[in-house]
Order: sequence, then C-alpha cells, then structure tokens
Amino acid sequence: MDTRRSDNHPWRRFKSALASVIAFISAAFVITPLGLVFFYLLVNGASSVNWAFFTKLPAPVGAPGGGMANAIVGSLELLAIAGIIGIPVGVLGGVYLAEYGSARINSILRFLADVLNGVPSITWGVVVYGLVVLRFKGFSAYAGGLALGLIMIPLIVRTTEEVILLVPNGYREASLALGVGRWKTIVHIVMKTASKGIITGILLALARVGGETAPLLFTAFGNRFWNHSLNQPIAALPLQVFTYAISPYDDWHRQAWAGALVLVTGIFCVNVLVRVLTRGRGASVV
Amino acid sequence: MKSSKFARKILATALLAGVTATASAQMMINGAGATFPYPIYSKWFDEYAKVDPSVRFNYQSIGSGGGQKQILAQTVDFGASDGPMSNENLAKAPSKLLHIPTVAGADVVAYNLPGNPTLKFDADTIAGIFLGHIKKWNDPKITALNPGVKLPDQEIVVVHRSDGSGTTYIWTDYLSKISPEWKTKVGTNTSVNWPTGIGGKGNEGVAGQIKQTPGALGYVELIYAIQNKMPYAEVKNAAGEFVKPTLESITAALATADIPDDFRFSMTNAPGKDAYPICGATWLLVYEQQKDAAKGKKVVEFLKWAINDGEKMAKDLDYAPLPENVQQRVLKRIDEIKM
Amino acid sequence: MEAATAPAIMRGEPLSAAAAMKRPSRFGDKAFEWLTLAMALTVAVLVILIGWQLWQGSLLAIRKFGFHFLTTSTWDPNAEEFGALPFIYGTLISSLIALLIAVPLSIATAAYLTELAPWWIRQPLASLIEMLAAIPSVILGLWGIFVMIPWLRDYPFPWLKRLFGWTPFFTGPIYGPSMLAGGIIIAVMILPIITSVSREILRSVPDLQREAAYGLGATRWEATRIAVLSYAKKGLFGAVILGLGRALGETMAVTMVIGNTPQIAASLFKPGYTLASVLANEFTEATSDIYLQALFEIGLVLFGVTILVNLLAQLLLRTITTTSATRAVQ
Repeated sequence: MDTRRSDNHPWRRFKSALASVIAFISAAFVITPLGLVFFYLLVNGASSVNWAFFTKLPAPVGAPGGGMANAIVGSLELLAIAGIIGIPVGVLGGVYLAEYGSARINSILRFLADVLNGVPSITWGVVVYGLVVLRFKGFSAYAGGLALGLIMIPLIVRTTEEVILLVPNGYREASLALGVGRWKTIVHIVMKTASKGIITGILLALARVGGETAPLLFTAFGNRFWNHSLNQPIAALPLQVFTYAISPYDDWHRQAWAGALVLVTGIFCVNVLVRVLTRGRGASVV
Repeated sequence: MKSSKFARKILATALLAGVTATASAQMMINGAGATFPYPIYSKWFDEYAKVDPSVRFNYQSIGSGGGQKQILAQTVDFGASDGPMSNENLAKAPSKLLHIPTVAGADVVAYNLPGNPTLKFDADTIAGIFLGHIKKWNDPKITALNPGVKLPDQEIVVVHRSDGSGTTYIWTDYLSKISPEWKTKVGTNTSVNWPTGIGGKGNEGVAGQIKQTPGALGYVELIYAIQNKMPYAEVKNAAGEFVKPTLESITAALATADIPDDFRFSMTNAPGKDAYPICGATWLLVYEQQKDAAKGKKVVEFLKWAINDGEKMAKDLDYAPLPENVQQRVLKRIDEIKM
Repeated sequence: MEAATAPAIMRGEPLSAAAAMKRPSRFGDKAFEWLTLAMALTVAVLVILIGWQLWQGSLLAIRKFGFHFLTTSTWDPNAEEFGALPFIYGTLISSLIALLIAVPLSIATAAYLTELAPWWIRQPLASLIEMLAAIPSVILGLWGIFVMIPWLRDYPFPWLKRLFGWTPFFTGPIYGPSMLAGGIIIAVMILPIITSVSREILRSVPDLQREAAYGLGATRWEATRIAVLSYAKKGLFGAVILGLGRALGETMAVTMVIGNTPQIAASLFKPGYTLASVLANEFTEATSDIYLQALFEIGLVLFGVTILVNLLAQLLLRTITTTSATRAVQ
C-alpha cells in the first residue's frame, strides 16, 4: 500500500461504506421473504392454534375442535430416531474427513456427500421403502426415522467437516505437545472449539428434516390416531399439514397453517434452547 | 457435553417409547390410496370407531397409484383408488382382488371471468379448448353456446393437473369418449401429455391458479369448486341436455352407467337425461381371501356399515352416494369376501 | 496431521517432565480413527445403495429407451414415450437462477451478521434464519401461489420485460407461473442454509486475521474482503454447494409455481418443469410398470445430473483456491 497517496483514502472509505450498505440491504432481502411467509402463517394460522390443537386428535370434516396432538408427538419421536441415527454418524464422519484420511479418499467422500445432499427427499423415501417397509411388510416409525436420519447424514458430515477444518492447527499441536493423545485432542480440544459450528449444522439438519413430507409418505405412512408402537405407522406434523393443505376445506386449511406455524416455532424453540444451553461452551477462535 | 446430550436423547426416546408402547387392546387396520375420498373416508372411520371401539382404521392418502402398489405388496390391509386397476396390474395380485365402489364425484369446468357468469359448454368446445384449437374466450364456438354473456377478447389460460390423479383420469376418459382426436393424440391416464396449458399441483394448486389468473379455465373436483366459491359451467350431456354438476346429477349418471360385474366401470358421458357427463367413482380394493381372519371380519363389517349407513353421510360432504340398485349389488359382492 | 510429523512424545521418547505423564493410548487413537472412518464410509455406502435402487427400478425403461431418454422431449404416459430432456433443462436453469439470486445475498448477509450487525441482534437473527429452513415445502408453495406469483406478475415481471424484453430471456406473455418464479422460490428455500453455514464459516475465521488487516490500515470492507472472505473461500464454496444440493432436489414448492410444462424455451416467463418435480408429481399415481420405471429413470438421471454438476463445481473450486494447505494456519 502506497502511503504517499493519501488521496486514496476517501475512495476506500466510500467503498467500505457502500459495502456495509449493500450487506445490510442483502440481509433485508434475505429476511423479507422469510418474514413474509412467517407473517402469512401467523395471519392464517394463529387463530387455529389453541389448546385443542395441542391435545386433540384430528377430527373429521365439519366436526370442530380437531387438533394435531398425535402429529406433534409423532414428529418429535421421528426426529429423535432420526437424530440418533444421523447425528453420531454425521458428526464422526465429518471428523474423519477433517482429521484423518488421505487427500484422495477424502475428496472422493466429500464429493459423494455433496451428491447425497442433492438427492430429492422422495428418492430417500423410496429407497428406505424398498429396504425396510417391503422387507418387514409394514410401515413404521422406525422406517420414517431412518429415512430422515439418512437425509441428515451428508448434511451434518459436510458442515462438521467445514468448521473443524477452520480450527487452527496450533490448538492441535499445543494439545499433542502436552501429551494428550490424538483422539482426546480431537474430541476435547478440536470438536469443543468447533462445537458452535457443529451444533449449527445439526440444528440446520433437524430443521430441514423436521419439515419434510415426501420421505415419510412411504415410510412412516401417517396415523390418524396415537401411535402405540414404533413398529406401527406414525403421524407427523408435515404429513398432516400437507394432507390438510391440499384439501378443499377452509377449516382444514386453517389447521394446516396452524400446523406449519407450530412446526416452525417449535424448531425455533429447539434452536434457541440449544443455543442457550451451549452458550460459552465452545471457545471462540482467537 | 456431547455425551450427556446423547444420553439425554436416548433417555427421552426410551421414556416416550415406553409410555406409548402400552399394549393397546385396539386392532389397527391400515389402508392407503386415493386423495379424492380422503375427507369422507376419514369421516366414516371416525364414526365407525364409535360403532366398534375395538378397531381403528388408519387411512392415508398417498395417491391412487400408491394405494394400488401397497395393496399388491400387501403392506396395507386395503387399498383405495380413483381409477379402476388395469388388467396388467390386477394380474399381479397374489390372489383375487375385489373392487368395491363407495362414492362418486365430478370434474367441473371452473374459470375466472369478470362477473362470474354461469357458462355453458359442450363436448366439442371443451375438447377444442384443451386441444389448443380454441384459443380465445370470444371464439364463435363459445359465444354460440352462451348468447347474452359478454365474453372478452382474451386468451384462455388453460390450467390442468401436473401430478397424476384420478381427477385427470376422469377428465381424459370423458374427452377420449367424445373426441376421436383427443383419443388418438392424448388418451386416457392419470397423467397425460397435455397439448396446451400450464400445470398446477393438486386440485388445490389448480383452483388457486384459476382464482389468481384472470381468463383462466381448468378442471377441478366439484368439492373444490364449491368450497372455493368458484363459478363452474353447465355441460351438455349425451342426451343433449345442459346439466349443472350437482350430487343429484352425479348419482343420476351412476344409475344409468353400464356397470359390469367386477365393478370396474367408467361413468363418463352416461346416457341418462339428468346425468352429468364428467364424473367418476372411487373404489376400495380388498382381497377376496383375507389373510388375517380377525382383521378380515372387521373389514367386512366396516364395508357393510359403509354401504348401509356411511352412504347417508356422503351428501353432507358433497360426495354423491351410490344409487340403491348399485348398493345392493355391492353388498352382495361384500358377502363373497372369505376369511 | 500425518503420523510422521507427530511430536516426539507420541513416538515414545521420554521428555523431562512429560516423562512422568501417562503414555497416550495407542488403542484409543486407533479405535477412534476406525470408528470415524466407518461413519464416513456410510456416505459411500449410501451413494451405492441409492444408485443401485434407482438402477434396479429403471432397468426396463433403460432397456427400452436407451440413450434417447436423455435426448427426447416427449413425456407421454399414454403412448409410453418418455424423454427427460426438458426436465434436465428445467432443473439446470432453475437451479442456476436460484444460485445467482441466493449466493450473493446469503454471503453478504452472513458478512453482515458476523462483521457489521450490532452484537445483540446477531444470534437472534441467525436463529430466525435457521428456523426458516424448517418451513415445509408445501406451505412455501402455497404461499408462492397466493402471494408471490400475483406480486411477481404485477410488479417485477413487467418491469423486467420493459427493461430486458429485447433479450430472448424476457419475451412472451406473462402468466405468472414460470421458470423464473421456480428459480426464485428455490432461492428462498436455499437462503437459510447458505446463510447459516456461511455465517459459521466466517465466524470461525480467527480474529488475528482481521486484526492483522486493520493493523495494516485497511478499511472495514478491505479487512473483510482480504482477511475474512478470501481466507474462508473454500468454506464458503462448501456452503454454496450445500445450497446447490438443496436446489437440485427441491420438489414441492417448485412444482406449485413453475407451471409444470415439459418444454424447452429461452424465455424465463414461460412455464418449465424439473426432474425432481415430475418425480414427486407422478410417482404416487403411476400405475403401469413402464411408467413407474421411467420415473425411476428420472430419479437416476437426476442422480447423474447432481454428480456432473458437483464435478463441475469441484473443477471450479480448483481454479479459485490454491491447492496448498487445507488447514487453517495460525
């Protein structure tokens, strides 16, 4: 940088200010459609979110007071199963890609993970249908959870890998120099440093599969009533929302909007809760 | 931190599974298929749960194709389809599969014009519009049928279904019957190669599209047109009368349609004077020889209830019930189901 | 980090104070490595599984149509003639539009969230954006029909036509449902994922980088550009690829606004159709064998398109980053 050219400063400052404005406008552009959708959900669905919604089973057309209690619980159960499958596999897989392996193998696996992220969710549903549902001759919560979990895996693998790669080498070296073993270094130092990023990846994946309908059509199937065994069909919020949204009835439409509202707000609460619980756990990178 | 999160998750799942895995005395019977009858089937199953609390019927609308596939694969206890199964598919069934018609509906011509006039169409004009020959609202063929209605000099925006559906099956079945050109060029199926128009997803998508686009015209199930308060047309039937699609005119079509013994029939362009020409029935698919005796018994009891009592609820939900003569034939068929 | 460069202590040579410390467990290290390897290999297993299932499900169709499937434009379930070309076109164009819109917006927003926004707004805003990744596709689609399309038809589209109507991309009548609308709604769907991941990437850039730039007299923008964005290039690219993945596989929301007409047209105002949409639309209702197999083949083609596009992206990546260290160096 040529310090003699002091007439450069105003132009550079202007560029900087312009960039700030553009960044701000971009953020506004990103928030706006999302905000509009949420607002639309609020306007159309808030009136149907009442106590009955959270406690009652779906009612047939014309009968008031129906709810989506079983769908809410069902979604939670499915997400739990999906999480058990998807989170450990995804996180540990991402760790491998960031910490071990050779450049060749890793770039192939990374590439394959990216490809998996582009598979439409209905294909996942069809694959799990062929694997599980046909074999056991029945739809089940297990199949649904499996389908969702599999969708989560490549997403979490990539996000985990990306944030772990950004942990400075100095941390690893310092830890190893102190005599801490390799795997302990990775788990307690590296992953801990990257924990906020890893959690973001997990939350994104959960949000993504939480709103998925297509993979559940052929696996979890849906259930008008309470599910009593994970081997049986189970209701899910996005499935119920979908069924109601494409129906002709206004009352069901409103319940669909309410369902979407509850879904999105629920994910938000989980997000906030996890953030609060893990506040300050991950060291900020200096 | 991570290990305790996992532990908590596992604990929560175990608790939930434990709490909900209390062995229920209720039997669960699963069915899958058509989306068209979903509202009335869900009403029936809810009412039937009061009649017989020991059994729960879980019906999910995954589509007619899905319903046929699942009953063939025997992953569900009964299927449902808006179109009769083809011979090819029926041959794949491990044992004899019965078609049980339940209710019927109609495809109406819905449109978006200023003033919401009630228009009249005949077979020729409808085929012409959907084949792309008639492009404008004030085309002489349309104005001839609708004297006194001010039709704008505007392009007709044709809206059809993009997803496979029984609604499309009924529509194309009708067009194939009344237009040789349609039959050779396009044909009958749940999804076809449309000569013109844009595709909307689902009845909901098409209805939404029509409502939002001035000058649009498309076909939707009667229920959707009624619930969305859309104007729809009277259509000239085979007997030469202009008939408005109503539950009565659908039932009239059912009464005069030619229904073969295996109940796989088409009721479009029915000959009756009061018949609405563009309608179709929906079927439940059950095996003649039930695998599970206890479940089979419940299924038969439900089917009998559906025809005897369930049919009475159809009208309130804008579905056309089966006429008396057909009901009797169906009951006889249900008696043939063996455990 | 390769074993060859591990510190002396790992090779078992004693050091003064450290000699008294417990030797790190070789078994633990090896076991952990095998465990993570197994988990990473599931990715490969899943790809093979999906490819296999799609292949198995479309054998009949492949045998019947052969290469023509990729080059013909007719999609006729009745005549049993199936060609995937217009869908391939639709998928590529709609995804391209979506990326062109979403990537600059997302990265700029991520930069805003990490560098410029007031500290108290950062996490809440980020959480809000992440939450919006959960909006069910069908809901977004319905919003698209009832809110987005009428607005597009009345304001931006005519404006685009006035300004760019002389190019082949913005000609023809404006119905509303169109390729452009499809691309826009995909953009809305992938904004949360690209923004969130980009934000994490930018947040992970060490402060030392920024401090160094400021120390040299850089303005805010210069520091961000030189110290943060170029440092995080590879990670940001990864975020974009994640968004691209979602864009290629998006079904429900797209199918409600894209018009679902299998055709290849230059004008973005004309309706289009994507591979994922036709698969989702017709799969549950396909009744004949060949029809179903053709749809499976569409799934296979989409799989192939995803692989090709990702390959292209990798090539692109080579040109914008150096091939040296992939690790953050302090």
